[in-house]
Amino acid sequence: MMADKIAFGKRLVTKEEYFSSGHRACVGCAEALAVRLACKALGPNVIIVNATGCMEVVSSQFPYTAWSVPWIHTLFENTAAVASGVEAGLKTMKRKGRWPGQEPQVVAMAGDGGTSDIGLQALSGALERGHDFLYICFDNEAYMNTGVQRSSATPFGAATTTSPAGKESIGQVTWKKNMPAIAAAHDIPYVATACPSYPFDLMDKVAKGVATPGPAYVHILSVCPTGWRCAPELAVEIGRLAVQTGIFPLYEIEGGQYKLNVKLSKLKPVTEYLKLQGRFGHLSEATIKEIQDRVDREYAKLMEKATAVAGSS
Amino acid sequence: MAKRVGIEVSLAIAEAAKLANVDVVSAYPITPQTHIVEHLAGLVADGELDAAFIPVESEHSAMSACLGASAVGARTFTASAGQGLELMHEVLYVASAMRLPMVMAVANRALSAPINIWGDHSDAMAVRDTGWIQIFAENGQQVVDNVLCSFRIAEDHRVLLPVMIHLDGFHLTHVIEPIYMPEQDEVDKFLPPPQYPLPLHPDKPLTMGAFGPPYIYTEMKKAQEANLTAAKEVILQCWQEFGSIFGRDYSPVEGYHSEQTKVLLLTMGSFSETAMEAIDKMRDDGKDVGLIRLRLWRPFPFAEIRQAVKNAEVLIVLDRAISFGGPGGPVCSEIRSALYNEDTRPKVIGFVGGLGGRDISVSGFEEIITRGIEIARTGSEQEFEMYGVRE
Ligand SMILES: Cc1ncc(C[n+]2csc(CCOP(=O)(O)OP(=O)(O)O)c2C)c(N)n1
Ligand code: SF4
Ligand SMILES: [Mg+2]
Repeated sequence: MMADKIAFGKRLVTKEEYFSSGHRACVGCAEALAVRLACKALGPNVIIVNATGCMEVVSSQFPYTAWSVPWIHTLFENTAAVASGVEAGLKTMKRKGRWPGQEPQVVAMAGDGGTSDIGLQALSGALERGHDFLYICFDNEAYMNTGVQRSSATPFGAATTTSPAGKESIGQVTWKKNMPAIAAAHDIPYVATACPSYPFDLMDKVAKGVATPGPAYVHILSVCPTGWRCAPELAVEIGRLAVQTGIFPLYEIEGGQYKLNVKLSKLKPVTEYLKLQGRFGHLSEATIKEIQDRVDREYAKLMEKATAVAGSS
Repeated sequence: MAKRVGIEVSLAIAEAAKLANVDVVSAYPITPQTHIVEHLAGLVADGELDAAFIPVESEHSAMSACLGASAVGARTFTASAGQGLELMHEVLYVASAMRLPMVMAVANRALSAPINIWGDHSDAMAVRDTGWIQIFAENGQQVVDNVLCSFRIAEDHRVLLPVMIHLDGFHLTHVIEPIYMPEQDEVDKFLPPPQYPLPLHPDKPLTMGAFGPPYIYTEMKKAQEANLTAAKEVILQCWQEFGSIFGRDYSPVEGYHSEQTKVLLLTMGSFSETAMEAIDKMRDDGKDVGLIRLRLWRPFPFAEIRQAVKNAEVLIVLDRAISFGGPGGPVCSEIRSALYNEDTRPKVIGFVGGLGGRDISVSGFEEIITRGIEIARTGSEQEFEMYGVRE
């Protein structure tokens, strides 16, 4: 873990909080951590459009707010569309001389459900139309706000309340939808994956995404101790293991070119990741093998796509 | 001076939005609304209108993008119809509850199934309780004038609510009418650029759309109700001022031979003009009949309706929508309930007709009035009757 220390030592991060403490997220929530880090990278000159979901609910209960940047929540599935309107409205008013001051960056935030399921159409539309905005998906691999129901981002074998493990079921029977690849298929200039267990990598990508003209998409794996049934104090460790096992590789896609950001000479076995989480507690050896094989295959495919392997941590 | 031009009503609406110098148009095509947004896209493409035209991928996104644009203070316009309006449904509530002023033209269309692209008021009635100000137009001139008035009303700081202008699909959208198009300088004076009081802006960060638990939700809804009800005063002022500048007067309820008249028919939308012909004909035949046209649907003009029908003995209400298994048409049940506690009130007889583009002719209106008078005298076994059903 030497690299981590060096990384921490060489970087300065603003003490300013734009998503402040006092919100109601569960203990150990890495989604809240990811939002906090993303906001530090964004700074004050933004307008945030937030989908319904955990982060909206925990942060905005009237009359309190955790947000010290302009923030709007309307519905669950329309975040990218609202952001489209914000962006178009801003640009037009600026052009017509009716927007006082600097033009802020537009950032949309949604969960995996709000992104890869119910909000996918609105997101696809906004990416295809080329709005100048950053879309961040905070992926905790289920509908957590409503009580841990499965989404298309829930991993194979995970037990959720609507993909329960039982005599006849291993839990989720489908493989996680590849949302970054779907975003990239829109030929947008910037796509990246991130995880708050790699905070500087996350902040760099958010900063890069928001500075990119046109649409950018950052997909952040966010450990949810409540839904994953893991110890809250292990949230950061589990996020790191997701990367080190190759289950959730950190990469960027620019101009169609994949680039791996975390150098892994050898993948850790998936069991190291799975065994810390109650949602996988029921899995048989055979199913774990199936997961390991799939991860190896997918990681090899990714390596093939990626050229430079420049490690940051 | 304003010129009177022959123009398709849909195009006139787009021209009115241009006169209003809208900043953002976000729309998705659906018959019979298409000509409105096609023309707006053309105006933007030709540089005649400095606006962003967002060609969204659905009506849900159309209305959602309107939320975003309006929240940063942009003057925002859209149009929809039928299924499109239904797809917007949940978003409509957000626009009003978050007090985002915008204007939408609704080319009223029947709802599926069976799929039907023609006019009736099913779509309008399905969004009745969304908290929008809602105005029904009878002809192209009224639509154009009300686009301009609606921005004034919506953006008034005492109001800050979205406004829907209903116009009958095809019967209005697709006809060419002689319309006075106001001059740009007149409009600029009547409708200065919007000044949304609390837009999303980094200089003054706001949390918009907070989570409202039970301890505050009721109060929020009470505030919304009070706000919409109070908007009537501003609507009346706006129409009065519009009348004094442009010479065309508008009021929530219009009468036609309705004073001291014993039998009244009530309609909404473009059917009123045919109904007036029927009234003329019946009056020529010596019958004591008149017409009430309801123009302001939300906020509901209780006082004006009560005043307009207070001397009548029979009030026949024609709805172009049906509340299945219920008391008949939504307009009729609202009117009936508005009158129920009055000391003197007419008998209220409900008809449903003109569904899915079915026309009602002058003689059709005569039949409805005649049958309504008969029901008032003899009663009916049904809560309401459907006009023109082919048996
Ligand atoms: C149209 C609609 N359907 C369903 C819901 C209920 N709902 C609210 S949040 C949510 C799940 C959110 O999941 P996700 O997007 O993954 O965010 P998370 O809470 O996990 O951060 C659901 C199903 C809703 N608010 N609106
Ligand atoms: S349920 Fe999960 S994502 Fe939601 S606040 Fe709790 S830990 Fe965070
Ligand atoms: Mg989730």
